[in-house]
Amino acid sequence: MDLATAAALGKFIGAGLAAIGSGAAAIGVGNVAGNFLAGALRNPSAAGSQTATLFIGLAFAEALGIFSFLVALLLMFAV
Amino acid sequence: MKRKTDVAGEAQSEGGLAFHPLDQFQVQPLFGHGPIEWYTITNVTLWLALAAVAIIFVFVVGSSARKMIPTRLQSVGEVAYSFVHNMVEDVAGHDGAKYFPLIMTLFVFILFANMLGLLPGSFTPTTHIAVTAVLGFGVFLFVTLLGLYKHGLHFLGLFWMSDAPLVLRPIIAVIEVISYFVRPVSHSIRLAGNIMAGHAVMKVFAAFAPMILISGIGVLVTPVSILAITAIYALEVLVAFIQAYVFTILTCVYLKDALHPGH
Repeated sequence: MDLATAAALGKFIGAGLAAIGSGAAAIGVGNVAGNFLAGALRNPSAAGSQTATLFIGLAFAEALGIFSFLVALLLMFAV
Repeated sequence: MKRKTDVAGEAQSEGGLAFHPLDQFQVQPLFGHGPIEWYTITNVTLWLALAAVAIIFVFVVGSSARKMIPTRLQSVGEVAYSFVHNMVEDVAGHDGAKYFPLIMTLFVFILFANMLGLLPGSFTPTTHIAVTAVLGFGVFLFVTLLGLYKHGLHFLGLFWMSDAPLVLRPIIAVIEVISYFVRPVSHSIRLAGNIMAGHAVMKVFAAFAPMILISGIGVLVTPVSILAITAIYALEVLVAFIQAYVFTILTCVYLKDALHPGH
């Protein structure tokens, strides 16, 4: 295997590895939403005022998944 | 994205995928094929302008009659106005309401750019980090300068946790400074990344449906794939709204930090 082939192979393997981050972000987003729901069902009257916090939490968890997606895209199309 | 053409050629010569989900994000001049200068009218310019026209249509023309019983367009404007106003009051506090026009502009612009981008064959300006970075870094600069102007050096108290143990404070300060300067990056990449990922996924599914049709099992798989595109499209409508919401609410959070830097 020459160097160019190895580089191309590594590119795709790296992009696949970066995609694991998206799965991890999915766990994080699910955690945020699930815990919000668990709390909201215990005290539904307080849930309405916390939706803004919910979305901020979702956004922070999701951003890191997007970063790994971006790394995958960079490896596939820019490197 | 300007390397896209040679990447596409490379993929073809390597026998890679025959469709290119990222080609839809290419910036092209609207007239002719000349090089792109700063004054060239491109598809980005067109869709940014269309977003502005749509906003003017809904918010200026729609609410110009000011009827007691609102028309449909007027109530859309009213709902959007009170939605954003409540958000600013809730998150940034009462003295943040002064900056409501900025927040409203950001929200409405991002929402309309996202929504217009969902029209088939259209172009979404918010998929480009160049567009969202201007918004994100603009908010960052504005908020930082506002905090320094309002509080002077006390604004740096944002990084100095006075209720943490004294030994930990320098370490926390370093972390806080880093996270403060990562804010504009994550703020802009979140919006562009989400919208870009959604559009790319739709394109992948849309290319998959006719490609699988050629093979034997395609008759069974293609309808499922088309149903999946429909479902993803519905999800993207939701994402278009949520990302505009998230962008504005984070702007409100940053604004609150600038107005009340003490923890």
